[in-house]
Amino acid sequence: MTDGRTDGQTVGRTETAPQSESVSALRDRFGPVVLRTAVSCGDSIVWVDRARAHEVLAWLRDTPGQAFDYLTDVTAVEYRDPERDLEVSYQLRSLARRADLRIKIPLSKSGPLEVDSVVDLWKGADWLEREVFDMFGVTFKGHPDLRRILMWDTYAEGHPLRKDFPLRGHFTRAEQTRQALAANPEAHYSMEELSIAEAYDELPEEMRHRLSHGERGHVL
Amino acid sequence: MTTRTLEMALSTPSLDAQGRPTRVPLGVAGRGDPNDEFGAEPMLVNIGPQHPATHGVLRLVLELEGETVIRCIPHIGYLHSGFEKLGEYRHYNQIIPLTDRTDYLSPMANNVGFALGAEKLMGIEITERCAVLRVIACEMSRIISHLVWLGTTGIDLGAYTPFLWTFYERERIYNLQEAWTGARLTTSVTRVGGMMADLPDGFEAMLRDFCKTFPKTLDEVDTVFTRNAIWCGRTQGVGVIGRDEAINYSLSGPMLRASGVDYDVRKDRPYLGYDTYNFDVPIGEHGDIYDRYRVRLEEMYQSTRILDQALDRLPALKGAPINVSDPKVILPSKSRAMSDMEAMIFHFKQVMEGVPAPAGEAYMGIENPKGELGTYLVADGTAKPVRWRIRPPSFINLACLPKLCEGALLSDVIAINASVDIVMGEIDR
Repeated sequence: MTDGRTDGQTVGRTETAPQSESVSALRDRFGPVVLRTAVSCGDSIVWVDRARAHEVLAWLRDTPGQAFDYLTDVTAVEYRDPERDLEVSYQLRSLARRADLRIKIPLSKSGPLEVDSVVDLWKGADWLEREVFDMFGVTFKGHPDLRRILMWDTYAEGHPLRKDFPLRGHFTRAEQTRQALAANPEAHYSMEELSIAEAYDELPEEMRHRLSHGERGHVL
Repeated sequence: MTTRTLEMALSTPSLDAQGRPTRVPLGVAGRGDPNDEFGAEPMLVNIGPQHPATHGVLRLVLELEGETVIRCIPHIGYLHSGFEKLGEYRHYNQIIPLTDRTDYLSPMANNVGFALGAEKLMGIEITERCAVLRVIACEMSRIISHLVWLGTTGIDLGAYTPFLWTFYERERIYNLQEAWTGARLTTSVTRVGGMMADLPDGFEAMLRDFCKTFPKTLDEVDTVFTRNAIWCGRTQGVGVIGRDEAINYSLSGPMLRASGVDYDVRKDRPYLGYDTYNFDVPIGEHGDIYDRYRVRLEEMYQSTRILDQALDRLPALKGAPINVSDPKVILPSKSRAMSDMEAMIFHFKQVMEGVPAPAGEAYMGIENPKGELGTYLVADGTAKPVRWRIRPPSFINLACLPKLCEGALLSDVIAINASVDIVMGEIDR
């Protein structure tokens, strides 16, 4: 049930499950923006071009016949084959129609890893996109507050779920320990948070100096 | 210093149009006056990460004006263990022990969620008895998870006794888990294509006894909480999120249903034959803490119903296999592996090389106690996944905490945070 443009890497088996009706609707509406489609384990997958992905997702959400009102998950996949594109994956669901659809945006690793944020469509995408940014280094254009979420703000070893990231991290165990010991708990408020309370001005001169020069930044 | 008169709006709870008590925040007179030394400036309050009421290593930074929360900034990641990364270095069956440690308040349901995802990826049909055993595992998990939630939320709001009742009942399920798997928390009860073990002798009678007596405890909790003026006052109309916003925030589980969305994965995308069981899905109306409490309380009654029905099915399936018959997927018994050449080869290949999954990808969502637990697996034909993604329900539910806390009182933040039912093992993974 896959079309001619399946590359055989993703779908290595005979699929009997029918493709979702949304797939042909997307082809009719967007034409070449739909790069290829496939069915894997019964799930319909559509690869769309990065440039108009936001438009496709907005159309899927707002068109009455589609009504994918629920964003189940946002994540990314990097394959072991270093030549293959990294993919950002949106798992959509229509609560009323009980239908699922997976939209994937391939991102060439030679270009910028950048897609448009969908926080304006689904507020639930906020933390999910931050996690993808944190773990894969994909930038979401238009995200209101794109910063690391599971790792700390000054984490310097890279993006842990990338395939070129070793399981134990880039730094040596000794270096990781040294940094952990050097971390200053007092510096654990962000500058923004300190400015809320106007506490920043009341800090000792020495600590203010350390904070403004990135206390945890300098050990990196 | 000027003389200051404090006028407290000491309210008697009045009722709004829906008959629910309205709340008047106790404020300090003259707020906003620049000469006022009280409450004119926003204040920064830090809660956690080491604080019992944050239910784990969650840290909240609150911006307060007087006692009203202007902004809430959650910080997570203190328990990050890199499970998803670890999974890329392990065989599918070796990942199952990692799933225990994500949502550690309902380990068995996590085991089931991962096994179902891997089986969907490999195209394995599990046996009938295995499906019934997994339903039992899931519903036992739902009960213990909700019991922890109920007890600890009660403590957060000042009710100590129900905590003792709920933890007593939880202990009985833990004993059952221990009898079944040998472990209370790190159960690892499933395998890809089957179960680690069949039920031990006497398990069914113990579980039947639990199903008979447990609703009485729930009735007692119901008596103590549901019409309790303090409980109602602390929970009704607090932390409200409406139907459309709950969907927009991708909430799931009791959080979504309390806002009036009729969505339960067990009903809408039945797995493990849930469509053949009789049970109701409680739906809230107001989307506040009180409705979340009502939804979770009712879900425990419904889980007991499902457990009863699952137990009724077991005698007919007595002696039926719990594992699929494919020797490439399921390990042979130890005695066969030591005496039969062919079994030993299968044993060796599975242990050394693992079970390969064909190239492809699968998303499998199940209804966990905290919401929809998704397992998204991408395979490239080897025995280790390219990507193992957990869709963590409480991570996504927690993301709406800043919205729920906006404009609430400081003391309500504790109640709102409790009502989300978070577990940090799953949020930080």
